[in-house]
Amino acid sequence: MKLWNQKSNKKVFLLFALMSGALLIVGFFQSWNLMLAILNLCLISAVMSLGVNLQWGYAGLFNAGIMGFAALGGLAAMLVTKAPVIGAWHAGGFGILLGMFILVVSAILAYFVWVRLEGRGKKRYWYVIFIVVIGYIISRFVLGPAIISIESFEPSSSGYLGGAGLPVLLSWFVGGLLAALVAFFIGRITLGLRSDYLAIATLGISEIVIFIFKNEDWLTRGVKNVTGIPRPVPYEIELQSSIWFQNLSEYIGIGVIQASSLFVKLCYTSLFLSVLLILLWLCEKALNSPWGRMMRAIRDNETAASAMGKDVTSRHLQIFVIGSAIVGIAGAMLVTLDGQFNPTIYHPLRFTFLIWVMVIVGGSGNNFGAILGGFVVWFFWIEAEIIGNALVQILTLPLSDSSSLKEHFLNTAPQLRLLIMGLVLLLFLRFAPRGVIPEKTLRKLSE
Amino acid sequence: MIDYINAITLLANYIIVPSLAYGSQLALGALGITMVYAVLRFSNFAHGEIMSFGTMISIFIIWLFQSIGISINPLPTALLALPFSITATIILLLILDKTVFRYYQQQRVQPVTFMIVSVGVMFFLAGFIRFLIGTSKKNFDDGERFIVKASQFKQMTGLAEGLSIRTTQAITVIVTILLVIFIFWFLNKTRTGKSMRAFSDNEDLALLSGINPERVIIITWILVGVLASVAGTLYGLDKGYKPFVYLQLVLPIFAAAIVGGVGNPIGAVAGGYIIAFSEAFITFAYKRFLTYLLPKEWAPEGLVQILSTEYKFAISFVLLVIVLLVRPTGLFRGKTL
Amino acid sequence: MTFFEGKNMYAGYGATMILNGCSISVDRGKITVIVGPNGAGKSTAMKALFGMLPLSRGSVTFDGKDIVHLRPEQRVMLGMAYVPQTSNVFPSMTVLENLEMGGFIRIDDLSSTIAEIFDLFPILKTKQGQAAGELSGGQRQQVAVARALMTQPKILMLDEPTAGVSPIVMDELFDRIIDIAKMGVAIVMVEQNAKQALQIADRGFVLVQGENKFTDTGSSLLGNSEVRKAFLGG
Repeated sequence: MKLWNQKSNKKVFLLFALMSGALLIVGFFQSWNLMLAILNLCLISAVMSLGVNLQWGYAGLFNAGIMGFAALGGLAAMLVTKAPVIGAWHAGGFGILLGMFILVVSAILAYFVWVRLEGRGKKRYWYVIFIVVIGYIISRFVLGPAIISIESFEPSSSGYLGGAGLPVLLSWFVGGLLAALVAFFIGRITLGLRSDYLAIATLGISEIVIFIFKNEDWLTRGVKNVTGIPRPVPYEIELQSSIWFQNLSEYIGIGVIQASSLFVKLCYTSLFLSVLLILLWLCEKALNSPWGRMMRAIRDNETAASAMGKDVTSRHLQIFVIGSAIVGIAGAMLVTLDGQFNPTIYHPLRFTFLIWVMVIVGGSGNNFGAILGGFVVWFFWIEAEIIGNALVQILTLPLSDSSSLKEHFLNTAPQLRLLIMGLVLLLFLRFAPRGVIPEKTLRKLSE
Repeated sequence: MIDYINAITLLANYIIVPSLAYGSQLALGALGITMVYAVLRFSNFAHGEIMSFGTMISIFIIWLFQSIGISINPLPTALLALPFSITATIILLLILDKTVFRYYQQQRVQPVTFMIVSVGVMFFLAGFIRFLIGTSKKNFDDGERFIVKASQFKQMTGLAEGLSIRTTQAITVIVTILLVIFIFWFLNKTRTGKSMRAFSDNEDLALLSGINPERVIIITWILVGVLASVAGTLYGLDKGYKPFVYLQLVLPIFAAAIVGGVGNPIGAVAGGYIIAFSEAFITFAYKRFLTYLLPKEWAPEGLVQILSTEYKFAISFVLLVIVLLVRPTGLFRGKTL
Repeated sequence: MTFFEGKNMYAGYGATMILNGCSISVDRGKITVIVGPNGAGKSTAMKALFGMLPLSRGSVTFDGKDIVHLRPEQRVMLGMAYVPQTSNVFPSMTVLENLEMGGFIRIDDLSSTIAEIFDLFPILKTKQGQAAGELSGGQRQQVAVARALMTQPKILMLDEPTAGVSPIVMDELFDRIIDIAKMGVAIVMVEQNAKQALQIADRGFVLVQGENKFTDTGSSLLGNSEVRKAFLGG
């Protein structure tokens, strides 16, 4: 079975070559540091769009809660790597655990009652509400004082429980697992909904998740951010003071400071690239397996598939969990790269919908397309600032330099990239809805 | 007895008055979303930005009026600017309909595709608006700021609790009532309004009855333009205009529309107030309220708050999710106009 | 000359042809009934006659004029009306509003037509304020027919008007249809209940695989042993 014909192979190769060329231009004309910074975020974007492509391209599920899953991955990265704050644990650790235990018990109890009272009409709503409310109130009594004592423990430096102090790379797995776990619960309750309601529900839930991260300071330090998350790669300072690196930079012929920063970025690049390639290989395997074919058959005709005895909802749940896990991994990678966990960066317009543009522009249903989309869209998202600025410069040429109008537009020019992204999305939807690298159709696969 | 009145005044000041205003803004927004849904059958993510656009135009007109010294003191100049911003918003929507939405409507694409299209429009408008007006916060509530000030109220009544009603709050509620009455009158009493409901009920049969779909869609966008620019301007008047807030506003508005039953105008209005009042009731600290009502020795120590104020926005999402799960058709069984 | 006629019609969905040269005709004040086995193309023939499905070959004439290129809305303007088999009312609107919408294209006063319709279907007068979606199946079919009559059509086309209603309601509906025909309206209808329908038919068309198998008056089709055996269950 030949998966690809020569022509489309060549096209994919050409497109990726063009993308590399664009990055090289940035390297030569702007700076290599910037180029690597863009590349690293391109790689993370590509991982995310790979995950979204699983959900949308393979199964037709519109998940608008991408930022929620990315934040969960980020939280995992922070919780796994940061050292525990012993004092805070002493101050309120027990209270937190007890409070969480009460919440979990009441949730399980509520679920149990919900299942047992199946078919008893309105009564079961009231029982469940009653259990949840009582559980919440009791847990509040335990959690309240515990949270206050944790948050008042050295508030300027910690004020939270800290993490587990484990290696960073482990956190990427944990990030995926945490996102998968949450996706399982979200999927269980929302996947029966109509496709556009699914989008609104996932967007709402992910906003709730991010709200919790912003406000539960005992867990995340909230908007005070957790900085100094350990790295999987060497620190610039260490490199600069080590002899072998000084020799190396001398040999290449660039300053040791610049060399160290390039070296660190390259380390990240290779780590991210390995993750991306492994995930791509797995996704391609899955896509071409009977499982992947069935997924797409369900997407194309849900009624027929369920009539043929396929369990549509449980298949959807599988792919929703897997896709979200990939987004969670990317979220953990993002926090590792930044070295800090800041819940305010998970903004749906800037990122969730941007990932959607990546998948649609790249070619939904095609993993190579999704990756290319991740690269191209992120590249232009960054470079659009320059393009927008240049555009404004040209458009405002007739105005004098001191004109306040010109100053205003130069200040707001970065906003043009939103406009450009919207335009790109609309143009693709209208004129090339299958994206740059369209999905290989099932018929072609069997040839 | 005086304690009861104080307690009620407290609730009125902190919950009832602000929620009526916020609920009105949500209701108008939800009404717009619901109309698009009922006639064009998609969830319009761009609605928040359309509201933002209307508000931006209002602000431009207000600046113009202020610079040439036109005002209607004690009322805010915004009221004078509304007709202009409504017109501009309608023109924008008709252009969008012609260039973007119409194609997908004719193709009868799936609702989810249509929704992604509206996300593209949302992006485009967000960039356009922020490029034009910038991202900083702008207040434009000129004119008399208060109808009743808390201190005046205390003086007048001799109560310990004050009640303040801002002009913008009163205007919001009054304009909303008038506009909602107009919309319901239009939908239920006029031939054109009925033809919109018919189209929303059964598109094919509407065609067979000679109802022109093009006309129905254009009228829908016109009404949506009125609703969106009024809702946006009132919200900005009440809370200050900040472009990115309108993006966040989409979710509570969707929540209002879905809680009420998307596609059902009565549901949209009710949903707006349900969301606003639940946000206020759930995040209100009942300490003072209970202190008035309970005997002295029972007075509570903590804030007696169900959720902290930071979670205000999250409440609408929780309600949204619960309604989607338990009763996806909403409280008023929506589907059509 | 026949008042309304579709001649030698070929049509289908995509590559599959459903109609292979069938012809249907009706005169003023007469009832034409189309019967045939499932998948014979009865509903497709109706859609083709009404312009909801383009013809690849053949003609449709109305009062001597060729109308094959007119869109359904334009045919409504000419005086044709169509009652679909399903979703044939505006469910959330009241009975009265359904009637008003039926007469949407008329700019004159609708009240006299509404009064006539209430005479024809008295039950609708008592239910005029109720939402059509809340009515029983038979009443809803009456609303559907009544809505179509609001344009005072010269031709009324009914796609299985008695689907899913009880035999008593069916008889009543057929009586009403006869009444309507007596007012001079030409009626074309597709029916599953072939025997009862042919009893009131002035002309019957038996379609098989998109072609006319038999064409005759209703009563002679009922008397035709071949038709009885193959299509009317003996």
